[in-house]
Amino acid sequence: MVTLDARIPEGPIEEKWEKARFDLRLVNPANKRRFTVIVVGTGLAGASAAATLAELGYNVKAFTFHDSPRRAHSIAAQGGINAAKNYQNDGDSPHRLFYDTIKGGDFRSREANVYRLAQISVNIIDQCVAQGVPFAREYSGLLENRSFGGVQVSRTFYARGQTGQQLLLGAYSALMRQVGLGAVQLHPRTEMLDLVVEDGRAVGIITRDLLTGAIEAHAGHAVILATGGYGNVYYLSTNAKKSNATAAWRAHKRGALFANPCYTQIHPTCIPAGDEFQSKLTLMSESLRNDGRIWVPKDQNDTRPPHQIPEQDRDYYLERRYPAFGNLVPRDVASRAAKREVDEGRGVGPKKNGVYLDFSDAIARLGRDVIEERYGNLFEMYERITGDDPYQMPMRIYPATHYTMGGLWVDYNLQSNIPGLFVGGEANFSDHGANRLGASALMQGLADGYFVLPYTVGDYLAGQLGKPLPSTSDAPFQDALKSVQDQTKQFLAIGGTRSPDDFHRELGKIVWDKIGMERNAAGLEQAITDIRSLRDDYYKDLRVLGNGDTLNDSLEKAFRVADFFELAELMARDALHREESCGGHFRAEHQTADGEAKRDDENFSYVGAWEWNGPDTPQTLHKEELTFENVHLATRSYA
Amino acid sequence: MAQATPRSTVEAAVRPIRKRPKPLPWPLSLYQTYVGKKWVMAITGVIGLLFVAGHMFGNIKMYMGEQEFLHYAEGLRTVAYPIVPEKFLLWVARLGLLGALVLHLHAAFSIWNHNRKVRPVGYQSRRDYIAADWASRTMLWTGPIILLFIAFHLADLTWGVEAVNPDFQSGEVYQNVVASFSRWPVATIYIVANVALGIHIYHGAWSLFQSLGVNNPQINQGRRIFAALFALAIVAGNVSFPLAVLLGIVE
Amino acid sequence: MKFTLKVWRQDGPEAKGRFETYEANNISDEMSFLEVLDVVNEDLIHAGQVPIHFDHDCREGICGSCGMMINGQAHGPQRGTATCQLHMRKFQDGATIVVEPWRAASFPIVRDLVVNRSAFDRIIEAGGFVSVNTGSAVEANTLPVPKQVADAAMDAAQCIGCGACVAACPNGAAQLFTSAKLQHLNLLPQGQAERWERTENMVETMEEYFGTCTNHGECETACPKNISIDFIAYMNRDYIKAKSLNRKLAGQGLE
Ligand SMILES: Cc1cc2nc3c(=O)[nH]c(=O)nc-3n(C[C@H](O)[C@H](O)[C@H](O)COP(=O)(O)OP(=O)(O)OC[C@H]3O[C@@H](n4cnc5c(N)ncnc54)[C@H](O)[C@@H]3O)c2cc1C
Ligand code: HEM
Ligand code: SF4
Ligand code: FES
Repeated sequence: MVTLDARIPEGPIEEKWEKARFDLRLVNPANKRRFTVIVVGTGLAGASAAATLAELGYNVKAFTFHDSPRRAHSIAAQGGINAAKNYQNDGDSPHRLFYDTIKGGDFRSREANVYRLAQISVNIIDQCVAQGVPFAREYSGLLENRSFGGVQVSRTFYARGQTGQQLLLGAYSALMRQVGLGAVQLHPRTEMLDLVVEDGRAVGIITRDLLTGAIEAHAGHAVILATGGYGNVYYLSTNAKKSNATAAWRAHKRGALFANPCYTQIHPTCIPAGDEFQSKLTLMSESLRNDGRIWVPKDQNDTRPPHQIPEQDRDYYLERRYPAFGNLVPRDVASRAAKREVDEGRGVGPKKNGVYLDFSDAIARLGRDVIEERYGNLFEMYERITGDDPYQMPMRIYPATHYTMGGLWVDYNLQSNIPGLFVGGEANFSDHGANRLGASALMQGLADGYFVLPYTVGDYLAGQLGKPLPSTSDAPFQDALKSVQDQTKQFLAIGGTRSPDDFHRELGKIVWDKIGMERNAAGLEQAITDIRSLRDDYYKDLRVLGNGDTLNDSLEKAFRVADFFELAELMARDALHREESCGGHFRAEHQTADGEAKRDDENFSYVGAWEWNGPDTPQTLHKEELTFENVHLATRSYA
Repeated sequence: MAQATPRSTVEAAVRPIRKRPKPLPWPLSLYQTYVGKKWVMAITGVIGLLFVAGHMFGNIKMYMGEQEFLHYAEGLRTVAYPIVPEKFLLWVARLGLLGALVLHLHAAFSIWNHNRKVRPVGYQSRRDYIAADWASRTMLWTGPIILLFIAFHLADLTWGVEAVNPDFQSGEVYQNVVASFSRWPVATIYIVANVALGIHIYHGAWSLFQSLGVNNPQINQGRRIFAALFALAIVAGNVSFPLAVLLGIVE
Repeated sequence: MKFTLKVWRQDGPEAKGRFETYEANNISDEMSFLEVLDVVNEDLIHAGQVPIHFDHDCREGICGSCGMMINGQAHGPQRGTATCQLHMRKFQDGATIVVEPWRAASFPIVRDLVVNRSAFDRIIEAGGFVSVNTGSAVEANTLPVPKQVADAAMDAAQCIGCGACVAACPNGAAQLFTSAKLQHLNLLPQGQAERWERTENMVETMEEYFGTCTNHGECETACPKNISIDFIAYMNRDYIKAKSLNRKLAGQGLE
């Protein structure tokens, strides 16, 4: 029987982490060498964890399916990273960052974790600066900040529009230093396809070497998953094409609980999809809403080009509906509003699937130079993709999936319910509740990797002292190995007619339509049926060409899409059971008269963590009640 | 530092094409790597440039008549005389130039030899170059042309090798030049070789700034112009001499 | 729009490769080059043929996964643009487009258009870092970095490690990549302590795998991040200094 113990330390919230660090057991330097830690994923969370553990003296084996740890989805983050440095003297503090994050997450995250995140945020900046991350500077030579997404202080550090890239390259360089020193054994182009659990503990993984197809077992005293989010379940998202849920999902199927899968974030300012073969969506930084005005034509049959539509025929619907915040309402609110306009037929563009984001007023007011200085690179990117010049024509934007708050359930120590299995970064559910604030994912990934996991994994390993590395010839390894081999054979043998991408696209459409920005019970039930029947087809009609012992793109996708099917179903189930609207989860049945989200703290103030029961039995729900002692539960209002 | 045993199939698939050298004492250590060799090329190239410029400049005396020209030749032999013996500095310069040439050649050869290994299978479709211009891609052609020319030039006017310059008379510098350039095949060789030299310099006089790491936004624009003007001046000057003789301006 | 694609197909590192010709019909000018390959691949799978393998991930020009020779140019005709950001409106309708993988001894072909660029990781591993263990950093603002310096370091740090510079270089040299990675750190105050060791190690590791620069400048035009060959000049200078200076005096700023 699974019990959910979050293991939150006692004491006042400010002192919990300090106390925990004192209570966590240590491993002496000579013994650290005897432990092998497996780190799957070398994005921000994984690379930082692997490097730090190696610095401490552990043997680390790091895995990534990318060709180099310099690549990971993290590299695409544009906007920035938060930290409560209060360099701007504008009243920021860890407590305020904590408060903003809890509120932004719509009161569905764990207070203690978030507080720790806010405390650690300042150390992250120090560490990254020391590594040589070229953050933006003032003319004084000191670090510059900007404000970001719905908070009142400037606490976001950034490196042009490439913050994620620079942070990842920092973590990557630290990792490569350890690789050079022989402390980290690096396995690029190696994909984890199963978790090995022996006597209730995570003891290793099964991988496929993507170059040779070799399926291998790796043993470790502990396993860390930092394998990113599952946004690609929607097929079209802003996530990198290869991001997937397989590692987390396989862990789930080996017993790890999956928490809050229905909490997904839809970002309001992305470039709308063009044609059917559109492969991914591109995010346009949220900062554009600082100067751009969002509108649609009042008449849905208006075919005039935007600049010929006079003022009185335009509907600046955000400014109209939310006079106080206007175009700067939070992500979920802006996204849903855009969806409403498009659903009601007022969308713009050839497919009528976007809304205008117009800079003509800002250009008239501030001059083209100022706008160019602020957004030049974004405008260029937009023009590159659409062929339209945003200085002349308003941009067309539409919401797209961007981030997944849900993930594997972890306790305060970032350990899942399987001892020895730790989860960091976007792959866990930990800190963002039902909605993530801008510039906090990078912060969380690095907090987990640099400053939390190295302590908490040590504590676990201290209890494993004297235990030898499990042998990969043990039955659990061999069983897992065999199941992966069998599945490989199975995919290659189906011999149907449709490519994995083709299925994925169809699945994505179901998920987007029914488990997207707005959900309702009937739609969710329909989604479960549709997903199941499509999944049945998948195992009958999939076509994977080539063979298993070379680089085989379709085979890689076949595994990932198979897992997306199961995950999508769980998302629907989670969304269905959560009879409230909160953050990224909006149930049409639960809204106020003016269309705002209606939370139900009475009944749903908990983390919903699901336990796998086999492919055809619905998962079991476990609840971790959330208590709020340091912030008052309040309704978000932006009107 | 790279470990002996490969750590993954990805890494194992890529083997170094060269061993990292064990460091020799300075300044030999500079010459052990290609970045160092390129630096040596640039330094020796600069020596060459100075020489070529000086040589061209001195030869302009030709237009001032035989007396002036002989006087200049005499002057070269007696630089710093009587502090040092006659021709002493001339020989220092000659040996220095020879040394520079040898290094320049060796470095060029060894860079070529290295680079030819790095793309064993070339592109199977047509390449479309953008920046690599005609000059930069023909350094290995213009270089050897210059080398042959240097040999020819020495045989012609310094050593007076019978087969090359039958009318050669020791010490009669001016007459030797006029006699030589009056033969159109010789004049043509001079003209062609100097155009090659010009092309070589057009790339080299820009490239050396990169190789030496002389880079500053204030001068970067100027480097291209400098190289172009330098090349132009050398070609114009050196080509003018045979032309002047052929056209009877100098006789 | 429609195009004829001539694509290099090679089943494995040792296999013999060949060009295959494919037709891509019903292409919209909004599509990216990789999406055209997606379309061709769907057709191939439909016809029972193994799809074309190519590396990609972010599809927004930042991860550095993608990259191929398109009509003889690394990342195709548009300057400052990675293959994934290249849109079909840059091509003439009906054109024939030739696609080939990067070619260099240290970028062995894995399959079709996929090459192994792990030699870049060896260069980083040799010194592309600041040796600062987690936890040992000082307060971030104790070390002011002049804005111009931070900006220049960022210009270099933008490199996405795609390998186009090596691919485009007639010498198969990796100077642009190495100098970008090196100068990012060498320009910053944080990078000073290890500057000379880093320079030596990275340059000499680079030479283990790649050709050497003769200043064609081709890399700069291929680079999707417009990284300047100025950094190569800085690297050359640092290398000669690294070999020649008395490092014991570095603390006095005497270099
Ligand atoms: C367009 C965009 C912009 C963003 N901008 C911001 C921003 O400005 N600020 C912010 O804070 N956040 C931003 N985010 C969110 C943020 O980038 C991510 O949440 C974060 O980078 C995730 O980091 P990670 O380390 O958890 O995972 P990832 O970076 O996704 O890394 C996952 C790693 O796991 C590996 N992996 C996965 N599965 C396997 C497997 N089965 N076997 C082996 N290896 C595996 C991958 O190879 C990779 O190395 C943005 C996200 C997007 C999509
Ligand atoms: C007076 C004669 C010469 C002069 C003034 C001269 C000058 C130069 C200069 C300035 C450079 C650029 C160096 C750099 O960028 O580092 C150069 C490069 C070069 N030179 Fe010469 N050179 C001369 C003769 C030769 C000869 C005889 C050869 C014969 C092979 C030669 C072959 C080369 C080659 C191959 C390069 C390399 C091009 C490159 O790597 O960029 N040069 N030369
Ligand atoms: S320097 Fe430019 S071309 Fe070379 S790897 Fe970096 S981004 Fe690619
Ligand atoms: S796919 Fe990431 S740079 Fe092109």
